[in-house]
Amino acid sequence: MLAYILKRLFLIIPVLLVVSLLSFMIIQLPPGDFVDAYIRGERGRGRTISSEEEASLRVRFGVNDPFLVQYGRWIAGIVRGDLGVSLALKESVSKIVAERLPLSALISLLSFLLVNLIAIPIGMLSATRQYSVADYFFSILGFLGMGVPQFIFAVVMLWGIYSFTGQASVGATSPEFVGQPMSMAKFLDLISHLWLPALIAAATGTAGTIRIMRANLLDEMEKPYVIVARAKGLPRRKLLYKYPFRMALNPFVVGLAGVFPGLVSGELMVSITLGIPTLAPVLLQALEMQDVETAGSLVFIISTLSVVGILVSDILLAIVDPRIRYE
Amino acid sequence: MFKRMRLRETTRPDNEKFFVASQWQLFRWKFLKHRLAVLSVVVLALVYLGALFAEFIAPYDPYAFQPTLVYAPPQAVYLFDEQGQFHWPPFIYPLKKTVDPVTYRPEYTEDRSRQLPLELFVQGDPYKFWGLWEGDRHLFGVRGGVYSPLGKDSLGRDLFTRIVYGSRISLSIGLIGVLIGFFSGLLIGGLAGLLGGVVDIVIMRITEIFNAVPTLPLWMALSVALPQNWTVEENYLAITIILALFGVVSGASRTVRGKFFALKEEDFVVAARLDGAGNVRLIMKYLFPNFLSHQIADLTMSIPGMILGETSLSFLGLGLQAPAISWGVLLQEGRSVKTLAENPWLFIPAVFVVVTIIAFNFVGDGVRDAADPYARI
Repeated sequence: MLAYILKRLFLIIPVLLVVSLLSFMIIQLPPGDFVDAYIRGERGRGRTISSEEEASLRVRFGVNDPFLVQYGRWIAGIVRGDLGVSLALKESVSKIVAERLPLSALISLLSFLLVNLIAIPIGMLSATRQYSVADYFFSILGFLGMGVPQFIFAVVMLWGIYSFTGQASVGATSPEFVGQPMSMAKFLDLISHLWLPALIAAATGTAGTIRIMRANLLDEMEKPYVIVARAKGLPRRKLLYKYPFRMALNPFVVGLAGVFPGLVSGELMVSITLGIPTLAPVLLQALEMQDVETAGSLVFIISTLSVVGILVSDILLAIVDPRIRYE
Repeated sequence: MFKRMRLRETTRPDNEKFFVASQWQLFRWKFLKHRLAVLSVVVLALVYLGALFAEFIAPYDPYAFQPTLVYAPPQAVYLFDEQGQFHWPPFIYPLKKTVDPVTYRPEYTEDRSRQLPLELFVQGDPYKFWGLWEGDRHLFGVRGGVYSPLGKDSLGRDLFTRIVYGSRISLSIGLIGVLIGFFSGLLIGGLAGLLGGVVDIVIMRITEIFNAVPTLPLWMALSVALPQNWTVEENYLAITIILALFGVVSGASRTVRGKFFALKEEDFVVAARLDGAGNVRLIMKYLFPNFLSHQIADLTMSIPGMILGETSLSFLGLGLQAPAISWGVLLQEGRSVKTLAENPWLFIPAVFVVVTIIAFNFVGDGVRDAADPYARI
C-alpha cells in the first residue's frame, strides 16, 4: 500500500512539470514583457527612460534570457514559496494564495464529499428500484443537473437570495468573523456559508455520478453470481451490500478522479458569481487587468489542486480495490 | 402510429430485414426508439434553423437600439380585446413609458387604446441575408409600433433578435470545435495506436495530463492572452480552437487510440493486412467504420461542454467581446443581480443555453445507445 502511494506521488512530478510549463507559457504568450510594462507605467508618470537604462533593466530582470532559464527562475521561486508581486493587486501573490487557497480547497473538498454522499445512495435507489417513480424523478433531475451550467445555477440561487434578503453576494463568513483567528464558531459559520457554493459546484458531478452508479449497479445485479447467491438464500439486502455494491463502486471511484477537475472549474464559476473570496475572483481580476504573471501562478496553483484531488481519489481506489496496484 | 408499428416489426430480431440491414440502418432504427433523443433532434433542428435564417426570423436589426424603450419588458400577445371580442390575427398593445419620479426608472404600461395586429412577412429593418442578398422582410412583426416578444436590453435593443443572432456563434462553436476535435483526435490517436511504442507512451502521457488540468482556468488565461487588436471573427476562431484543443482533442485521441489497439489484433484486420492492404486502406476500410459510430457518440456528448465553455467565458467577460453577439455575451447583462432582479427577462438567454445543452445530452445518449452493437433493440 505504502509503495503504491509512493509510486503515485512520484508519478505526479512529471504532471506538475507539464502543468507548470503550460502556466509559464501563458505568462509568456502576450507580446511585450515585464520591462515593457514597467516602462509604459513610468512614461505614464511622466518619466522617460533612456535606452541604456532600459537595457540595464532588461539584464536585471533577465527578460532577455532564454525561455528555459526564465522558466527555471520562475519555478525555483514557486518551490521556495515566492510567487512574486502582483502588479494588478499591489500585493504579494504568496500572501493572496495563503489567504484564499484554503477556502478554494475547502469548497472543492466539500463538493467532493457532497457528490459522494448524494450520488451513491440515489444511484443505489435508482438501480434497485428501476423504473419506479423515484427512479424517473432522479433521472430527470440528473439530466437537468447535467444540463444547467453551474454559473447559471449560481446566478439563480443568488437571485433568490437577493429577492428574499436583499444581499447581493454570499461571502465566506458573517461580518463579525472577518479577520478573526480560526475558532470552532468561525469554522461552523464558514460551513454554514459554504455549503451552498459547494452544493452548486457539486451539481454537475452529482448528476453524472448518479447515472454511472445506477448503470454499474444494474450491470452487476444481472450477473450469474448474484442469482446463485439469491438461490442459496442470501437475503437481498445483505447480498446487495456484500457483492454488487462493492463491485459497482470500483469503476465509480475511477470516475471520481475525472470529477475533480470539473469541481475545481465549477468552484471557479460559482465563487466568482456568488462573490466568495477564493482564488477564483483574484484570477478573474488579474486576467481582466492583463496581469499575466499573477494569472499564470494562479492557474498553476489551481491546476495543482486538481492534480492532488486526482491523486487522493486514486489512493481511495487502491483502498477499495486491492487488485488495482498490480496493474 | 402505423409507422411506429412497422418500425417495431422490423427491429424484431426474428425479422429477416433485421439481418440484412446495414450498419447505419440499424443505427437509425435504434436511435428512433429513443423518444427523448428524437424529440431533442427536433428541438436542435429548430434552433439551428433559427441560426441559419437569423436575418429573416429575427424581427429587428440586432444593433438597432431604441433609447425610448430601454429595459422594456416582454410584450404579451392577445387574441381577445378588453370587450372579450375575438381578433384574428392576434394583436399586441404598444407600450407606454412613464418615469418613476423618485428612482428615475422607466416604467412601462400597455396602451389599451391602440391595437397592433401581428403580421407575417412584414417590412422592417433592412438586412443582408448571409451577407449576400439584400432584404427587408421579417417572419413576423407589427406595423406602426414595436413588438419585442422577449423584451429589450439596457440600450433598448430587441432581446429576441439578439438571441437569434447570438445562436449563430453559440451553436456553431460546438460544431466547429467538435470537427477540430474529430480530425485531430483521429490523427493523434491513430498515430499513437498504429505506431505504438515510444510515440504512444508520450502521446498518452500528454493527453492524461491535459485531462487532469481543470479546463476553465486554462481557457480563461488563454483567451486573455489573445491580441487585443483582433477582429471579432479572429477572436471567435481563436476561442473555438482554444476550447477544442483543451476540451475535446485529448479525450478524442484517447478513445481512437484505445479502439485502434483493440481492433489491431482482430482476425479480420490481420487477414486484411495479410491480403496486402496498405495502412491507409486498412484504416479507412476496416478500422474506421468500426469505431466511427462510437466516435460520433463521444463527440456529440462533448458539444455541450464547448457551448458551455464559450458561454461561461463570455459571461465572465473574457471570451467574446461586445460587438460580437453570443448567448454568453447577452448573459453579461445579467451579471449584476440587481439588474437581473429588476429586469428578469435578461436571463432568458440562459433558458436557450440550458435547453440546447440538455437536448445535446439526450441526442448524445441516443447516439451512444444506437452505436452500441451489443445493445438489445
